[in-house]
Amino acid sequence: MNQKRKLIVGGIVIAGALTYMIYAGVTQSAVYFVTPAELRAAPVPGKAYRLGGMVVPGSLKWEPRSLDLSFTLSDGTATVPVRHKGTPPDLFGEGRGAVLEGSWTADGYFKATLIMAKHSEEYKAPHDQSEAGYRELLKTLRGEGR
Amino acid sequence: MTADLGYGMTLIALGLAVYGGVAAGAGARTGRLALIESAQHAALGVFVLVTSCFALLTYAFLTFDFSVRYVATNTNLGTPFYYRITGVWGALEGSIILWSWMLALYTIILIVRHRVGARELYPWALATMLGILAFFLLVMTVAAPPFQRQAPVPADGRGLNPLLEDTGMITHPVALYLGFTGFTVPFAFAMAALITGRIGDTWLVLTRRWTIVAWYFLSLGLLIGGWWSYHVLGWGGYWAWDPVENAAFMPWLTGTAFLHSVMIQERRRMLRLWNISLVILTFGLTLFGTFLTRSGVIASVHAFTQGSIGILFLGFLALVLLTALGLVAWRWETFRSEGELDSVVSRESAFLLNNVLLVAAAFTVFFGTVFPLLSEAVRGVKVSVGAPFFNQVNIPLFLSLVFLMGVGPLIAWRRASLDNLKRNFLWPVALGIAAAAAAFALGVRSLLAALTCATTVFVAATIAVDFTRATRARLRVGESLLPAMGGLLLRHNRRYGGFVVHLGILIIALGVMGSHAWSVQTETTLHRGETAELAGYRFRFDGLTAVEESNHFKVVGAFTVSNGRVLGVLRPAKKFYPQEQAPIAYVDYRLGLREDLYLVLGDFARDGSQATIKLQVNRLVSWIWIGGVVLTLGALLAILPERHKSV
Repeated sequence: MNQKRKLIVGGIVIAGALTYMIYAGVTQSAVYFVTPAELRAAPVPGKAYRLGGMVVPGSLKWEPRSLDLSFTLSDGTATVPVRHKGTPPDLFGEGRGAVLEGSWTADGYFKATLIMAKHSEEYKAPHDQSEAGYRELLKTLRGEGR
Repeated sequence: MTADLGYGMTLIALGLAVYGGVAAGAGARTGRLALIESAQHAALGVFVLVTSCFALLTYAFLTFDFSVRYVATNTNLGTPFYYRITGVWGALEGSIILWSWMLALYTIILIVRHRVGARELYPWALATMLGILAFFLLVMTVAAPPFQRQAPVPADGRGLNPLLEDTGMITHPVALYLGFTGFTVPFAFAMAALITGRIGDTWLVLTRRWTIVAWYFLSLGLLIGGWWSYHVLGWGGYWAWDPVENAAFMPWLTGTAFLHSVMIQERRRMLRLWNISLVILTFGLTLFGTFLTRSGVIASVHAFTQGSIGILFLGFLALVLLTALGLVAWRWETFRSEGELDSVVSRESAFLLNNVLLVAAAFTVFFGTVFPLLSEAVRGVKVSVGAPFFNQVNIPLFLSLVFLMGVGPLIAWRRASLDNLKRNFLWPVALGIAAAAAAFALGVRSLLAALTCATTVFVAATIAVDFTRATRARLRVGESLLPAMGGLLLRHNRRYGGFVVHLGILIIALGVMGSHAWSVQTETTLHRGETAELAGYRFRFDGLTAVEESNHFKVVGAFTVSNGRVLGVLRPAKKFYPQEQAPIAYVDYRLGLREDLYLVLGDFARDGSQATIKLQVNRLVSWIWIGGVVLTLGALLAILPERHKSV
């Protein structure tokens, strides 16, 4: 076999291996983007989803001792109950956008393994209410913190 | 006033850059030196104007000139002095100024260094540089103007993104952009080579050090970015395969391939077409990265602003690629008459394989990054692939690359004899196998970890073999040990700089492997006085305090850490910025060679009685930063001018 042919064969082997690795990688770690309505329409238990929506005000429950977090995610047309084990991220909150990674369970809720809170690019002026909130927090902490 | 002045200067700079580019091109075609000189003056004018714009914007930041919108959105009266300067490039508009300024600076250096001595290539390279600079100035005038007036002038500004209030943020963008823009110079010379038809070695020799400089800064930028992610973002990792990280990593991969393939062309007159293509690809990827991060087409944690800028970059990228590929097609005939590969077992083929693997890695990163776009276009469903995909596909590639790092520098050119192989690789292979066995005996059961140990030890041994052999040769001619070693490093600085970089990569590889295989973490809620345990460490929650800072206030937790004896107190915090919708976590950590303690305050009760924490013991992560320092030192050594002659 001359050198050129060896190179071509080598190239084909590498390209083949690479294609296989990419194919296997994609099939194993593909995550499907869905909205609550799309998930509700055809939920497949065990499949990896990335679910995006808004946290419904009043639905958020957080148990610090057991690290149980539960809330409802909505896209305006459908809602999905969500459970998660762990502290909610900084930007997470009621009325805010969130993207969750996880899967649908047979028990009828979405089990989130990762919560990504959406940072709004919109500038919000510091309004009085939140200022007062901070002051109050500061005061309680000063008074009883130590 | 400031806004109008800045905008005016930008416009004049744009006009000058366009004129300079055209003049340099015309001068190159007609051979009229006056035109080229005029282009040089124009370039100097652009540099002075862009520098003034930059200084003006900095001045506006320092004096809280909120009549400039960019200043008002990225600073406020509470922003500390230090971050008012870094705030200049804290967002899109400022980073485009920084980018333009660096391009202008590189253009000036190019003029100073290559004005004489590269007669044919230089004017075209200058024209290319000025053309690219004109594009960035165009972006500065139409799509992302830093000097936009804000009326009415607000009493206070919005403030810098709090995550950017960190020392890493001064250096990270600067280093990264110096790397990105640095690749413009080799690209400009490649274009000059294509236009003039001198696709031989001149352009490579001229740009050799430029490429290492660009690579050095890009590596530094990536490393600092990783460090920032690790110690600021609070998720305990340093690399997330986020689209923005990938955008910077792709040109690094192809740039690394280029650094290696250059040596093949210099030595064997092979791979001319490949080298030109790699430079075009690397430069194209720097533009693509900017498009990706600034257009908002792909959701990313970096979440930069969106706008028309993405379209502009995409259009410019298309223009650059079409022009470059058109030139390559035009010069197609000249790429013939290459050297041939003599044997598959040779240094050439080891380097070739290294290049194929690096480009393959860049391709997989590209594929994974744009996969959501592809799947939506082809199948109508949005599917993304995350970190598992990138890890799974890239780990075999990177391990093979590390292995080749041992083979490439030592195997013979043209055709390696069995004797050559034995002489160079017998000991390293034996040591590599021994390392894997030792790891197994010490209880390592992960195949990946064992393979990494074997490969890194193998490569380290090849470096040691080479270095001892060369030192011995010097001792034989009567030099004493230390001068012999120092002399080697300095006189063959490109080769040994490369070896030092390789050592750095080995150390980083071990750090990455260790942190993936052996890090542990847990999450828990503690009452005051309660203790959490992880990996032999005890964390006792002592209480919360509130502290007021100039532009925010923070709630600080105190946790006493002990492992039999008291090691100290970790104080993770949550910072509350009035302009932000939510608090921001402030990590506290204790770095160590074996392991880092890493503590994040997740949530707390308002009365200070209870805190939820995320705690991690991250293994061997420090070696990533140590390896990074070694790598950058090696690159610096390789940048030094070569001094071959005297012995």
